[in-house]
Amino acid sequence: MKFTIEVGRYNPEGNYDASAVAGTAYPPPWDKAPPRRYQSYNVDLPEHAVVLDALIAIREYQDESVAVRCACRSAICGSCAMWINGHSHLACKSKLAEFTKNGKTRVETPPSMPVIRDLVADMTPFWQKHLAVKPWLQGKKPEPPPMEEYRVPNSAMEELIQEVSCISCGCCLMDCESFAVNENFLGPHALAKAYRYAADPRDALTKERLGEYSAPGGIWDCTHCYECVTQCPKGVAPLEQILKLRKMAVDAGFTHNAGTRHADAFADSVKHSGRLNELTLLPKSVGFFNIVDQLKTLPSAFNMIRAGKLPPIIHKSIPGVQRIKNIFARVGGRFK
Amino acid sequence: MTLDHDVVVLGAGLAGMRAALEAARHGANVAIVTKVHPIRSHSNAAQGGINAALGEGDSWESHAFDTIKGSDYLADQDAVEVMCREAPADIVEFEHMGVIFYRNEDGKLGTRAFGGASQARTYFVGDITGQALLYTLYDQILKAGVKVYEEWFATSFYVEEGACRGMVALEMITGELHLLRAKAVIDAAGGLGRLYEPSTNALICTGDGYALAYRAGAPLMDMEMVQFHPTTLAGSGFLMTEAARGEGGYLLNSLGERFMKKYAPNKMELAARDVCSRSETIEIAEGRGIDGNVLLDVRHLGKDVIFKRLPQIHEMAMDYLGIDLIKEPVPVRPGMHYQMGGVKTDADGATPLPGLYAAGEVACVSVHGGNRLGANSLLDTIVFGRHSGKVSAAYAKGVAATTGGDQLLRSEQARLKDLLARPYSGETHAGLRLELATTMDQRVGVFRDQAGLEDALGKVRALRKRYDNVAVGDKGRIFNQALTFALEVGFLLDCAETVVMSALERKESRGAQSRTDYPERNDAEWLKHIVLHYRGSNEPALSYLPVTITQWKPEARTY
Repeated sequence: MKFTIEVGRYNPEGNYDASAVAGTAYPPPWDKAPPRRYQSYNVDLPEHAVVLDALIAIREYQDESVAVRCACRSAICGSCAMWINGHSHLACKSKLAEFTKNGKTRVETPPSMPVIRDLVADMTPFWQKHLAVKPWLQGKKPEPPPMEEYRVPNSAMEELIQEVSCISCGCCLMDCESFAVNENFLGPHALAKAYRYAADPRDALTKERLGEYSAPGGIWDCTHCYECVTQCPKGVAPLEQILKLRKMAVDAGFTHNAGTRHADAFADSVKHSGRLNELTLLPKSVGFFNIVDQLKTLPSAFNMIRAGKLPPIIHKSIPGVQRIKNIFARVGGRFK
Repeated sequence: MTLDHDVVVLGAGLAGMRAALEAARHGANVAIVTKVHPIRSHSNAAQGGINAALGEGDSWESHAFDTIKGSDYLADQDAVEVMCREAPADIVEFEHMGVIFYRNEDGKLGTRAFGGASQARTYFVGDITGQALLYTLYDQILKAGVKVYEEWFATSFYVEEGACRGMVALEMITGELHLLRAKAVIDAAGGLGRLYEPSTNALICTGDGYALAYRAGAPLMDMEMVQFHPTTLAGSGFLMTEAARGEGGYLLNSLGERFMKKYAPNKMELAARDVCSRSETIEIAEGRGIDGNVLLDVRHLGKDVIFKRLPQIHEMAMDYLGIDLIKEPVPVRPGMHYQMGGVKTDADGATPLPGLYAAGEVACVSVHGGNRLGANSLLDTIVFGRHSGKVSAAYAKGVAATTGGDQLLRSEQARLKDLLARPYSGETHAGLRLELATTMDQRVGVFRDQAGLEDALGKVRALRKRYDNVAVGDKGRIFNQALTFALEVGFLLDCAETVVMSALERKESRGAQSRTDYPERNDAEWLKHIVLHYRGSNEPALSYLPVTITQWKPEARTY
């Protein structure tokens, strides 16, 4: 079967084939990423071929200068994450036939990451975040004797295997909407890793970890866009791990932060009126007397007014709000 | 740039990182050179588990006997004893580091059955055991602050006055060559799967460590012993873990028979890998295959076991063949998987070349002999990685730092410059590699004979000549993969010659070496290792080493 691949090329030495077409600038917030030049290649491959098959065929038999990282070819090593038609995927797991649009498939490194060359991204931000969550077991003391293991139920190990299946490909971070506008956000993969250690019954520093992960840049900076869940090729569902960490952190008493106040304000409003009071949400989240952070949001507020998204000044309860209160009472816990 | 360390490790898989961690623990200034990020290493792909006689009722002697029998008595028994004695402590150490091993009802480490083993002694994390170990070890490296030169490609080892004292490596991201000087070097660069097409191995398994050590003067041993895994996915050749059979999966022929009853009536599908691969090849050759494959059937294990213990192969069969293992058997065939042979070392990882140590797949200790048991390779990496780290750090303490090596750096710069400048003549790294790998698959596969091997040797030598004309289709400096691929094909050609020559030399059938013209094992003449020494542009020199026998005399091998 014939396929056409448009490879987003980037070469810091400036050598491009004459056929490579200069791309336009990426839209904000990636407008600082260097535009790529798109070079088309035609390949003849079996119907079930994946994008990586095409890239290997290109670099082996058409153009040896196309740079792409790959090793295992079977979604284990995590090397070949890239943008395919504008979203991050593993090239080795993405069928060409499914991705071909208007007769072609476009691949490039995501503009959310620095680029080294062609399809080779600079993964430094990814690994810095990984390191930042202290991704190693701080074993409970006393350690068992040298010939004995920690005794823990298998279910506790199975709870962690979802994260341990992570292959560090970076698809989640590359498409993370929070990371796109906030480079200090630890990101989905690192926070999933954080959950893996915080929830390990053998770890002695769970509380310290939860405190660190609750700081700005941590668990509360996720905006629930679900991109990481959608893009993860291994079912790690980083957002789910972040939500588990939030619950652990709140239960452990780490509540003096905007994230917890936001969740409380959200729940409080729904409980009392059955709907969200967006006017009080912000001051309640950042703190009523935190004028500085409230002022920072003014430009967004003006944009909302301009777009006709101003919330009603007078907040009304929905009919039958008592039934909502009953739900809260039934659920119990922090918000009852 | 010139960089100085006490110990430089080549490769950041399990063996390399374990070696580096141990050398650091023993006070050495250690650095790792690796052509891919450590997390991309092929140790990731080990699925089924890691062996140790840790459970009640098991013994290291039993593990050692199974390993030696599995090796078809070619393993050196003193080395096997070291590995099997120390295995339990190494497994527990990794548990303490954080590996989430499967537990039994008591909350203690639990096992699964594996091929060629008389006891269930394989510890595991689902079917991603290698990945679980690799990530845990990588994080230990981060914690210990070990220096890693990521995406640096080694082009040559540095030998000074008969001792290995470092290497020259290409920094991919800048295109610069650097000299890394060291008091000791540990070669942990992994396997050579790209020598065969298809292979379960990653594209990065290109025999670098074998060729670099061999050219530097360290001999290669047991190179004819190339393992074919019995269950690799039809078409792509990806690995379908032995754990599928360990958990109770069947091998079926086109008649729906569990054909292993004819070849290994006691162990059935859990016979050693060489036995299963030969049996499959015979079934297929005699017309009881399905398009050149047999079937792996795990349906009877049920959804729960498949999802919890074999999720990765379930995903792979679905992704690459559209087959749901819960509902259908999957076509598999024997596929090249592992090199038992390698750089000859003693049980501390020391090679005959002073200052050079080796560990992991690239090394031949020899604990695997003619055939490696499943779940012994992860064990090999961490036990002998640890040994080589410790012993090289001690060795480095007694060695003065060198100030040489500039000449090698300059000659390597010139060699690469010439390679880049060579005009296109029709020879490409991809074309040469494919011809080489296809020849190896056809002539040096599960079954071999004199005529086929001679033909292969002729082809390999002809390809070596043609390789002198290979041109690099990328003239840039930054991340020039065409350049490193071309260098890799050079490594593979060295490996190929040693594999074929050893296979020609061994006129018997033992382990993975099945000669149709010499179908029997012949202990009287061939209970010995074949060793090859590099001699530049001349033919390699061949010698023998005796097999070390401690307490297990060779017996007939049946399963």
